[in-house]
Amino acid sequence: MKKFLKAEEIFFRVLMFLSTTLIGTVLFLIVFSVIKNGLPYLSWEMISEVPSGGYYFGKEGGILNAIVGTVYLSLGSTLLAFFVGLPVALMMNVHLVRYQRFVNGIRLILDLLWGIPSIVYGAFGFTLMVYLGIRASLLAGIITVTIFIIPIMIRAMDEALKTAPRGLLEAALSLGSTRSEISYRVFFKQCIPGMVTAILLSFGRAAGDVASVLFTAGFTDAIPTSINQPAATLPLAIFFQLSSPISEVRHRAYAAAVVLFGIILVISLLTRIISGKYKKNRINF
Amino acid sequence: MDHTKINISKLNLYYGRQQILKDINAGIPEKKITVILGPSGCGKTSLLRCMNRLTDLHPQARLTGNILINGKDILNTTDDITSIRKMMGLLAQRPYPLPMNIYNNIAYGLRISGRMNKRMLNKRVEHYLRQVSLWDEVKDRLRDPAVALSIGQQQRLCLARGLAVDPQIILADEPTSALDPLSSQAIEEKFNELKENYSIVIVTHILRQARRLADHVIFMYMGEVIEQGPADAFFENPKLEKTKLYLRGMFY
Amino acid sequence: MSGFRIKLSRSLRNKVHGSWMTVCLVFVISMPVIIAGGLYWKSSVLLHDHGVFSLIFSKEWKPLSGQFGFYPFIISSIWVTMTALILAAPICLLTAIHLTQYAKRWVLKIMHPVIDILAGIPSVIYGVWGILVVVPFIGNHLGTWLGKSVSGYSILAGGIVLAIMVIPFVLNILIDVFNNIPTELSEASLSLGATRWQTIKFVLVKKGLPGIVAAFGLGMSRAFGETIAVLMVVGNVSRIPSGLFQPGYPLPALIANNYGEMLSIPLYDSALMLSALILFVVVLGFNFVSRYIIAACDKRC
Repeated sequence: MKKFLKAEEIFFRVLMFLSTTLIGTVLFLIVFSVIKNGLPYLSWEMISEVPSGGYYFGKEGGILNAIVGTVYLSLGSTLLAFFVGLPVALMMNVHLVRYQRFVNGIRLILDLLWGIPSIVYGAFGFTLMVYLGIRASLLAGIITVTIFIIPIMIRAMDEALKTAPRGLLEAALSLGSTRSEISYRVFFKQCIPGMVTAILLSFGRAAGDVASVLFTAGFTDAIPTSINQPAATLPLAIFFQLSSPISEVRHRAYAAAVVLFGIILVISLLTRIISGKYKKNRINF
Repeated sequence: MDHTKINISKLNLYYGRQQILKDINAGIPEKKITVILGPSGCGKTSLLRCMNRLTDLHPQARLTGNILINGKDILNTTDDITSIRKMMGLLAQRPYPLPMNIYNNIAYGLRISGRMNKRMLNKRVEHYLRQVSLWDEVKDRLRDPAVALSIGQQQRLCLARGLAVDPQIILADEPTSALDPLSSQAIEEKFNELKENYSIVIVTHILRQARRLADHVIFMYMGEVIEQGPADAFFENPKLEKTKLYLRGMFY
Repeated sequence: MSGFRIKLSRSLRNKVHGSWMTVCLVFVISMPVIIAGGLYWKSSVLLHDHGVFSLIFSKEWKPLSGQFGFYPFIISSIWVTMTALILAAPICLLTAIHLTQYAKRWVLKIMHPVIDILAGIPSVIYGVWGILVVVPFIGNHLGTWLGKSVSGYSILAGGIVLAIMVIPFVLNILIDVFNNIPTELSEASLSLGATRWQTIKFVLVKKGLPGIVAAFGLGMSRAFGETIAVLMVVGNVSRIPSGLFQPGYPLPALIANNYGEMLSIPLYDSALMLSALILFVVVLGFNFVSRYIIAACDKRC
């Protein structure tokens, strides 16, 4: 009986160890295979030039259009989402503290919105475009992605604001500040690292998503000069080039994947550094 | 001091770089109530946890020294840790019933320690529930989840659960801190009954409770044992200045 | 006088800010209704023509002749999602137990960023990896090993890629679930003479069961709606799949693949918006139930 118990525990511990290792290995495998296939084709030309005439048949050019498009789109939507999201997050934690049930209801709705696939946001963005009568453009893409990342941003900010001590609000109120002053001067400042984390997280989501911009942002080889023009994005460029029958073009997709991966890794690293500073007093796991 | 049940010598507990317990030497007499007394944060609970090696749960915790139970060292041993732990029943600050019904909360320990037929099991469960005077209150709803009981009932259930594995020692960590006065009284009465058969160690920071229950006292402060001895002598005639100050309520 | 002016502008600012906040809040909480409404508005044309049930259970997908049957796509979606869940669930559960109960600090120090990075990788990169590694593996190795000739673009490939995508997501929830169980509960079980593993098996998993179920529910809805990575490896043949090695065509892929022709064929846009609406309803339903379980369990514990 005792022996059997011991064997059972050891068996499962080995299994647990293996599955943990598997997850680590998979990440390594993903990084390795993308870099191995993409890095040899990554050149300065690739990231500094827009596609020229026969680019999609393997001729010269680069994916600067997609890189710039991604940056425009992500920056624009993160900025918009910030202006809508921050007030909501602050309102939930400063103005509505007395109505916890209501706030929890809002949290539930935000979590539900977070769970909705981006393709649905893309489809919704498309109907919105039709309704408002705008063409596929940077503007339409930004609006769609903004709607897509708002719940992510608010929830991340909300989690940061939740950690602010309750006494802070009472102390600030008793000093005669208005609630909006408290929101920005006290709570926002108190939680700045969490806020930056939230913004970076949303930016990363915006930069990496394809399905939401598929219908709305269009695709072009030129760098957009106004928000009414269509814009290419990096994930979309990877996706399109991969479906090409020409191997030269597919290799460039891998190279573009390396670029996108790099951007995401940098964001993730920044997030970790900032939130690491901020989580110093918190125990994870 | 007559027969010593637990003998602690040169015990040090480190948590990371922090030292929680400093060179503890103490003895716990058999079949008496020993109260570990001291202000909160002085290491009382940690000492209790060392006795049943729950410190193993924390990867950063490190123990040096010896704890002898019945003359056998439990820290530096290859013996099965589960059989060591089974010698001691644990009562926590708040009741933590297992996520099962009332019946299975008692039967859990019995089932784990060996096979047992249904009739025996029923008899034992009833016996231990009677021992904590819970039987009459729950006999009609043994299949209800344990969390449905009141906090006081839950704590008594936890006591019965601990008794069911037939321990020699009961370790109680501020067992009444979450309870109302009546339930606390019920638990304290139980301790007084149980000390005929068990060695009981109670951690508390409530001076009155210590006076009511203790046969033997270990007074701790800042991770060290300051003074220990039989309760009468300790309360009537403390040897050290620090103890006197504490007993007079000069610091907590 | 100046003191009065400062006070006025302060309260004015407070008011302006307050109303902007309220506008944003109302906008955010009405989002689900707006999205559902928008999608319904576009898909209602088709719904009026055909009726929900005939659309969902019809097998014929011939947009040019006006036949829109979603059945093959729904079945494909279920296949891919279930494959992913079956692959991911044991790995997530075992790893979560390992990380919360046994793991040393250095393991946590490595695994925490690993999970974070996995969660942050864009789906298109998972797709690239799927094409580079998973598809050839299935096509060349697994296929010949099983004595089948398969292309590799299959339900299984989609399932594997999806499984890896949902692992960090589910794992994070599971770690929370296990960490929220009070240590005293395992201490109680251990002090009764149970081993570590018995404690996990009989007490922790049981206590965390609602949370575990909810985590898998959330993971499932995440897998159900994932688009690009699956689309890239799953084959996209609109036929009812009958095995793991067959290609499939899940709903999200259907939407993403056909947006080009959407406006050139009558009712086609309506059909795609209806797919989005179906996705929306299914995912929202799964999410809602899972969140409800988590909330109810939080309250009880």
